[in-house]
Amino acid sequence: MLAEDEVLLREGLVALLTRFGFEVVAAVGSAPALRDAVGAYRPDLLVTDIRMPPDHRDDGLRAAVALRAHHPTLAVVVLSQYVQSEYASALLDSGDGRRVGYLLKDRVADVAEFAATLRRVVGGGTAVDPDVVRHLLRRTRDPLATLTARERTVLALLAEGHSNAAIAAKLHVTEAAVGKHVGNILAKLDLPPSDDTNRRVLAVLAYLRGTPT
Amino acid sequence: MTTNLPAALRRPRYLISWWPWRALAYAGTTVPVAAVLTSGLLVVVAPAVAVVNAARQGRPVELPVVVFLTLAGLALLAAAPLVSAPVAAFERWRLGLVDARPLPPARRLIAGDLLAGLAARYTSAAAWREVAYAGWLGAVVPVAYWTFLVLVLLDLTLVASPWLVTGSDDMILVWTTVGTPREAVPYAIGAALFVPVLCYLAGLLAAGQATVARWLLSGPPADPSALREVTRSRARLVDAYEAERRRIERDVHDGAQPRLTSLSVQLGLARLDVPDDSPAAGPLAMAHEQAKELMVTLRRIAQGIRPQQLTELGLAGAARQLAGETAIPVTVHADLPRPLPEPVETTAYYVLSEALNNVALHADATRADVRLTQTDQRLVVEVEDDGRGGADPVRGTGLTGLADRVAAADGRLLLSSPDGGPTLVRVELPCPS
Repeated sequence: MLAEDEVLLREGLVALLTRFGFEVVAAVGSAPALRDAVGAYRPDLLVTDIRMPPDHRDDGLRAAVALRAHHPTLAVVVLSQYVQSEYASALLDSGDGRRVGYLLKDRVADVAEFAATLRRVVGGGTAVDPDVVRHLLRRTRDPLATLTARERTVLALLAEGHSNAAIAAKLHVTEAAVGKHVGNILAKLDLPPSDDTNRRVLAVLAYLRGTPT
Repeated sequence: MTTNLPAALRRPRYLISWWPWRALAYAGTTVPVAAVLTSGLLVVVAPAVAVVNAARQGRPVELPVVVFLTLAGLALLAAAPLVSAPVAAFERWRLGLVDARPLPPARRLIAGDLLAGLAARYTSAAAWREVAYAGWLGAVVPVAYWTFLVLVLLDLTLVASPWLVTGSDDMILVWTTVGTPREAVPYAIGAALFVPVLCYLAGLLAAGQATVARWLLSGPPADPSALREVTRSRARLVDAYEAERRRIERDVHDGAQPRLTSLSVQLGLARLDVPDDSPAAGPLAMAHEQAKELMVTLRRIAQGIRPQQLTELGLAGAARQLAGETAIPVTVHADLPRPLPEPVETTAYYVLSEALNNVALHADATRADVRLTQTDQRLVVEVEDDGRGGADPVRGTGLTGLADRVAAADGRLLLSSPDGGPTLVRVELPCPS
């Protein structure tokens, strides 16, 4: 189910989602309509813009966070025109931090990757836009300073929700090397070691968000 | 809180306030100034009076005396505008003793070009008003003061009369004579009761003098309204500019950006269905990439027009966002109890953005502090870093542009940046509650 107030873009996104095998049960253009439609259709996934009528502020985001409280199984991906780490935090804090995604609107242009991200979120994952992760990385301080450049790169990919195998493929290194990096990172950041990708991602994100600015 | 003597005189507590003493100080300091001016005037006035008396009595007037009077009169007239300038300046300052209300500043009559300044002394109404004041101070004020002084001395004599009267000879008290201290007592009591009246008279005298000084020494009264008009129209201009900026921002954000995103999506979808070896694949891929780059460009433009973060997060949130985007650690302390007017918010945001940018580029700092404080009259934005200092607006590190922006909002920018740091940029923006 899709919420986006701009008609052209809504049509484009419907075409995109359909093309990748999603079934779009409803496409709406305002926060109240979004709440009603989720109540009526009980979709698996909600993709919504942040800025929407009636107030043209963060109506879409607030609706999404409220819906997450009522429907814990609802997967939500919000699209934002700008990097707003505050919003990302609010969203990731809703529910258990799974099945949520926060992406910059620009990402929808890379259609295939966008669709893959949505699949990951529906499957219980967490997707945070690389730009937002970079932001969180910059915001947080001290222990991160002890990370090597390579470890920081791995951490960023980790926070975006990639598995060890995916990170290894991206960096053209062996999976064992990635495993070693991840182990070092978790140790340096004082996070519980875990092999479960998602638990790891959540731990990392919680760490990045939890450090005060 | 009373700010001036004429108002203080109308209040019942006048006598037990400190205003009589201020009036006394004013009157006391008047004496030397008036004395100097009076002696200047006497040089001409005394011979002139003598000549007039001689003429009335039919005695001949000597030619040298006439020549002297003519020359001295002309010299006095010529010197008056020049002499009255320092006198007026001193008198404006002295007026503060009995009148705390600010005096509309007289235009700087001697500024820059000496010749033009001199010409202005002889041609401007303000200068001749000062001359009139100096003449009044030299001729009228002393007469009033002498009269008052005589009254004071008489009263003091009456008060002291029981002690002054001796058995041997009678004492003359104004309109009667007394022979014994007992006879003098009622007069003394009456005179003692007259002291508060004298205090009021002294106050009235000083107040009258201050009122005349105020009237003659403040510049021509037409100026304030003109000044108001100028600032009002500048505010109108800024408002119009802000409204226009908001409109453009809305157009970009609600019109252009989603369409461009939609175009990128369509191009992306088209690429999926075009085989890699097709002649269309290359141009299509390029168009897709260019559309994506354009999205980034347009986002930057929209950010420059009216920062989205400001609209959505308010100033404190947007400041934290900016701090997060800065390469060095920045702490934000925000104390903003009340909502701010939008133009003030926007200006403050740009100040922060520019200042933090400067810190990152030039300061060589390891950390910075941002402080936002709101009083009931203004918003204060401070950015402090521990960098190498030596920031100089003249060298154009974006500071002058920043100062212009702040000035347009009627605020001011203060900078402290000694060599070796720390650098503090402080901006004060008016926002009356």
